[in-house]
Amino acid sequence: MIRPVATTREMTGMPTGRLAVWWVIASEIVIFGGVLGSYIMHRIGHPEWEYQAAHTNTMAGAFNTVVLLTSSLAAVLAHNAAEQKNGPKAARFLMLTCLGGFIFLVVKSVEWTNEIHHGYTLASSTFWSFYYMAAGLHGLHVIAGMVIMLFVAADARKNKELQRVENIGIYWHFVDLVWIFLFPLLYIAK
Amino acid sequence: MSDTAHASAGSHGDHSKHYIKIWAILLALLVVSVVGPIIGEKLEHGGTINHHMRLILTLITAFGIAIVKAFMVVKHFMHINLEKKYVTYMVTAMVGFMLVFFGGTAPDVLEHEGTHWENVSAKEVVKRGQAAGAAGAEHHGGAAHPAEGSHVPAAPVEQEVKH
Amino acid sequence: MSSTAHGHAASVGNGHDAPAGHHHNPGFIEKYLWSTDHKMIGFQYLFTGMAMALIGGFTVYAFRMQIAFPGMSIPGYGRVTAGDYNALVTTHGTVMIFWVAMPVLIAALGNYLIPLMIGCDDMVFPRLNRLSYQIFLVSALVLISSFFVEGGAFGGAWTSYPPLSSKSQYNLTGVGSTLWVVAVALEFVAFLLGGINFVTTVMNSRAPGMKLWDVPIVVWMIVLASILFMASVGPLVAGAVMLIFDQNFHTGFFDPVKGGDPVLWQHLFWFFGHPEVYVVLLPAMGIVAEVITVFSRKRLFAQRTVIMTAIAVGIISFFVWAHHQFVAGIDPRMANVFSVTTLIISIPVAEMVFVYIGTLYGGSIRLTTPMLWALAFIAEFLLGGVTGIFLGASGADIYFHDTYFVLAHFHYTFFPIAFIAVFAAITHWFPKMFGRTLNETFGKVHFWGTVIPFNCIFIPLFVLGVRGDHRRIYDYRHFPDSMQAGMQDLRVFATLSLVVLLAFQVVFLVNFFYSMFKGPKAPANPWHANTLEWAAPSPPPHGNFPEGLPTVYRGPYEYSHPDRKEDYWPQHIAPEGA
Repeated sequence: MIRPVATTREMTGMPTGRLAVWWVIASEIVIFGGVLGSYIMHRIGHPEWEYQAAHTNTMAGAFNTVVLLTSSLAAVLAHNAAEQKNGPKAARFLMLTCLGGFIFLVVKSVEWTNEIHHGYTLASSTFWSFYYMAAGLHGLHVIAGMVIMLFVAADARKNKELQRVENIGIYWHFVDLVWIFLFPLLYIAK
Repeated sequence: MSDTAHASAGSHGDHSKHYIKIWAILLALLVVSVVGPIIGEKLEHGGTINHHMRLILTLITAFGIAIVKAFMVVKHFMHINLEKKYVTYMVTAMVGFMLVFFGGTAPDVLEHEGTHWENVSAKEVVKRGQAAGAAGAEHHGGAAHPAEGSHVPAAPVEQEVKH
Repeated sequence: MSSTAHGHAASVGNGHDAPAGHHHNPGFIEKYLWSTDHKMIGFQYLFTGMAMALIGGFTVYAFRMQIAFPGMSIPGYGRVTAGDYNALVTTHGTVMIFWVAMPVLIAALGNYLIPLMIGCDDMVFPRLNRLSYQIFLVSALVLISSFFVEGGAFGGAWTSYPPLSSKSQYNLTGVGSTLWVVAVALEFVAFLLGGINFVTTVMNSRAPGMKLWDVPIVVWMIVLASILFMASVGPLVAGAVMLIFDQNFHTGFFDPVKGGDPVLWQHLFWFFGHPEVYVVLLPAMGIVAEVITVFSRKRLFAQRTVIMTAIAVGIISFFVWAHHQFVAGIDPRMANVFSVTTLIISIPVAEMVFVYIGTLYGGSIRLTTPMLWALAFIAEFLLGGVTGIFLGASGADIYFHDTYFVLAHFHYTFFPIAFIAVFAAITHWFPKMFGRTLNETFGKVHFWGTVIPFNCIFIPLFVLGVRGDHRRIYDYRHFPDSMQAGMQDLRVFATLSLVVLLAFQVVFLVNFFYSMFKGPKAPANPWHANTLEWAAPSPPPHGNFPEGLPTVYRGPYEYSHPDRKEDYWPQHIAPEGA
């Protein structure tokens, strides 16, 4: 495909890719806003949920927060490297970010397996429905981010499309951000 | 220093120290947000503070700090302050729309009664769940699911009008 | 300066921005099915939308015949059972809104017009654009496939309120209900991708010299609609996930017995559902603005006001959603708030209508087919808007809710949007799209054959609604209140008018497809219009502007400028002496 001239124009003074990422984030805010809003309404209206929330594993959640924060650090360091035109270094940091996402998912699956074994499944009660649904939706975003990041890293290693390092980083920070809110909502509010 | 941290800002200096510092602060805040509610629980148990105070403590440490953390990530990692102004407006507007959604929906969903109406089913569920929780008997979550549709009243009578 | 189309094309080139190397001959698949060209993707959306409109038209034919002649074997369908009736009504609503109005108004016209009207050669993300159409196509196929699974297509109405939609013992459909939710969710993903593409394209890739106020109204409107869609659809995406879980995994998000709340779905749905009305209304308003200025040979009256008004409509539309739920058990205090906001939003919409009438005033009006459609839009939409006032007031709504009055009101807004404005757009841009001219006589026959039966359908339904006729009833013979003197006659009259309306669409299809291949060749600028798409040849080649991408020197509505001999002044023509 030949690149259209359209892709090279920058009327707003912002590169098109980054502008689009911000629009993606804008549309994601309302998706997660809908989930979290619905959850919060129910959580306040149903004080009995505290007995179920007591069974979530705060330490696993906290560990995962550390993992995601650290992977975000790696993502921003990748952007730092990309700024200095150091593609291979940026690619290495991106792989580190991916590793963070991977650890996150592993911890999550261990945690979920454990909870399901204790009988807390998707349909146990509406608290658990929200718990799995919100975290699952977030998990899908983690997976999507990791897949895209692998492609970006492959390009960055060859010093190609370095601006994408920042773009995927912004998306990853957003995924991190959602978790920053999910963590206290699902784990700490007991 | 952060105002030169952006690709489009022209300078290509190394900002890794700054990022690591932010990361360290975020981790410290995380510790506070985990430990805060635990201390609150301990204090309430010991009788130092009442339930109300504990809730406030949880709100501040868990959710107040989450907002601070979110703000730090948006500013220092996503560099929203270096983007064009409308990016901030756009993101804020989206958050604002969600607040509108919450404000419009919560009076019906969060509350279980209001002017001339009462959500009988929800109150029932709360009562049942709390009884089960207090008895410590709940094994599969408070409102253990009743058999589908058997003794369930044909649904949409959820909110009964009180005259 | 020559006023012929070729004269314009010669002045298009400004050198520094010329697209190069767009000369390769793609094969059939690459050209028609795997294309990244915005025009082809626009056509794909257009033809998919037209095909889906046939499904929407057929379903309405079947269930209206059942209402008029209950129990009869309907020609072309057979007997409509109660379950069929629900599925047909649901499919009609869903298809017409999500697979006809949205793809044609926003995706097809947006894809086709945006790059041409802002003077660039394609969208900024051509492959994302292609992906968006492919997801859309899959969503349409998923929806159609639900007809062929056990239990048939979803029968829980297009608003799909739980528990009707979440429990198969209520909606009497099996896996079809999940397929329906999946199809709608996929369609949202497609439009989110498309919307992001539209917005970034217009923000970043306008022709040199084109300031925000120089962007034609229709592009503004499509972009605003995309933003509205993006900002409102999120909660419903979340809701769709919850509904799928409720249907298949025994969760209780919307089940009061398990601690959920069915009213939550209504909020999630209408928080999207009401802005959605404006998502389709704004592009329709944009089309009408373009057509009216071109055929009044006059500047658009208060151009900036229209844009500001549209933005205001967009913002207010987020504050009105619960007026759909006045009888759903929402808190009466909130009902008051939403009544007030609903009445407020009619003000900016009315203002737009006044602006269009102001544009007509003193213009030299040409009653071409597109102009007729545009004028009909104003007249018919006005009726839809005015009847909305009754429904917005929560007191009156308690009486009118779920009657045919609501249905007629809704169709008086949506039919002008999804068909009248679309016909205006198709007849207006057809010469550009296919390089040929539609037959005017056939066009006018089709116009009158559509607009008159349209009113004949819905005016009786208003009357029925005021008499308390409840909607969603399969066989009125079981309800003596609804079988009073003359009521069934009105139903029969409305249904026969529908058949006439559907029959006249054949005229359009014949005209459309015949002219596409055999119509007289169209010049580049047959209507003597100003906007940039008319600077490209008809039909525009790949890359749109073979003589170099245009530069913009003025606003899009400089008609009948006193300093000029011609009554139009295209945006890309350099000022004399420049």
